[in-house]
Amino acid sequence: MADKSHGPDLILRHEPRDRVLHWLIVIAFVGAAASGMALFHPALYWLSNLLGGGRWSVILHPFVGIAMMLFWVPFARMAWSENRLQPYDRRWLSQIGDVVANRDDRLPDIGKYNAGQKLLYYVMVACMIVLLLSGIVIWRRYFAASFPIGVVRLAGVAHAVAAFVLVLGIVVHVSAAVWVKGSISSMMGGKVTPGWAWKHHRLWFRERIRSQGTR
Amino acid sequence: MALQSLDIRRRSATTTPAPMVRDGATPDVAKLIDTTKCIGCKACQAACMEWNDLRDDIGKNTGVYDNPLDLSGQSWTVMRFAEYENEKGDLEWLIRKDGCMHCEDPGCLKACPAPGAIVQYANGIVDFHEENCIGCGYCIAGCPFNVPRISKKDQKAYKCTLCSDRVAVGLEPACVKTCPTGAITFGTKERMQSDAAERVEQLKTRGFANAGLYDPAGVGGTHVMYVLHHADRPGLYSGLPADPKVSPLVRVWKGATKPLALGALVLAAVFGFVNYVRTGPKEVEPEDELAAQREKEQIHG
Ligand code: HEM
Ligand code: SF4
Repeated sequence: MADKSHGPDLILRHEPRDRVLHWLIVIAFVGAAASGMALFHPALYWLSNLLGGGRWSVILHPFVGIAMMLFWVPFARMAWSENRLQPYDRRWLSQIGDVVANRDDRLPDIGKYNAGQKLLYYVMVACMIVLLLSGIVIWRRYFAASFPIGVVRLAGVAHAVAAFVLVLGIVVHVSAAVWVKGSISSMMGGKVTPGWAWKHHRLWFRERIRSQGTR
Repeated sequence: MALQSLDIRRRSATTTPAPMVRDGATPDVAKLIDTTKCIGCKACQAACMEWNDLRDDIGKNTGVYDNPLDLSGQSWTVMRFAEYENEKGDLEWLIRKDGCMHCEDPGCLKACPAPGAIVQYANGIVDFHEENCIGCGYCIAGCPFNVPRISKKDQKAYKCTLCSDRVAVGLEPACVKTCPTGAITFGTKERMQSDAAERVEQLKTRGFANAGLYDPAGVGGTHVMYVLHHADRPGLYSGLPADPKVSPLVRVWKGATKPLALGALVLAAVFGFVNYVRTGPKEVEPEDELAAQREKEQIHG
């Protein structure tokens, strides 16, 4: 599996297709979140400038949101099987104090994603579904008039709540990525060192090494 | 902005004080619509079109007097005609001039995310400033009277201004000026309330035992009020709500939850940063690479 140009040692963590999807999602997310958060609270109205002002934010926001959804669906499908919760995830979660304090040597061996990543994955899936459905209901230009006003009001609240939870989740996601050295470059170039895989995702490391052996 | 001769009491999506130096002298104003005197001639509709320079598209006759059938970006007031058969079996034609009620506690303004797109002047008039409107339609969700409309021409929200431009220079609204029966009057809110009380007494002596003033408390009272023959059943008048309130969903959505949510986001980011600085990055050490190498050799034996 290892690509010769990066040395035979490195382990491929993210396929090129998935890396492209991930960064397209990020770009769309920044656009959708900035234009949406601008309407969330007056203190954030300045964020509407990113897409060219309040009016442009309202025009573009739903389309940018849908673009994000289009990139997200194949990405989330790819990640689905790796995010199934396993017995060791419970133990990992119960030791969250060790995770935060960088005492990684005490943590159980885990697969490609840790329990925190898995829970965040499900939160993202749920938020994206709610954002899409409620977003369509409150889309004034094309759809809102076809729904009863009570449904529009409910969808407005649901959209704001889901957006809040998603943005909070992304704050955690980005913090973790900056914190765990080697993870951002893996989403850029695709590869991690064997030591990285061994330290953070040992079961996945063994699986990858075995599959290399059979090749 | 548009009318600097008036103070601004509330301004949408604004967290600092609105312009308010001209303290004190401006009284609350109100328009009083006496449905018991209205003959449904629509002179007020025509006057509204003329003063505000509005021409709606030619519609279709749907077999009722309502024309146009609904409010729109070009029609800020519409006469609604209801046929009601009373207890004696007689027909009553209940005609209501529909349009913005100019709520004292306006749901549209509460819901609006665009700074200064909706204001309430010191005299209580609620006005949309379309140059700041972003066309999101939140005012529609905020309004308990189903009044604001997004124009198909420019995607901005419009509604009755209570002729704020005329009122600011001491004139009465165009509809008031034109009403041939005196069914629409305008003045201080206090004066309109006392005029209404007199009229209600009169109506009671004439057999309308339930006559009354419509000035709903759920929105803090309104700056457009109705005298109704059947104040106990406002719904008879083409669905005038009996107890209008800004929806609790809109209150939750626009209330204390937002600053709290904003605070939570800031806290999360600060926590992430502080923890990073305190514990340092999660680095892979040379011994991790060695351990990985050892294990790899074991596996491949
Ligand atoms: C990352 C995904 C998204 C985020 C973070 C997000 C965020 C937000 C936020 C914070 C608001 C303001 C809510 C408020 O003021 O209470 C908003 C409004 C809105 N969102 Fe989203 N949203 C997302 C996806 C979508 C999608 C997929 C759609 C369309 C299908 C959509 C359609 C809308 C619409 C129509 C509004 C009303 C205001 C407007 O037209 O801009 N959003 N969004
Ligand atoms: S009737 Fe509707 S549009 Fe008019 S002030 Fe009240 S909430 Fe705003």
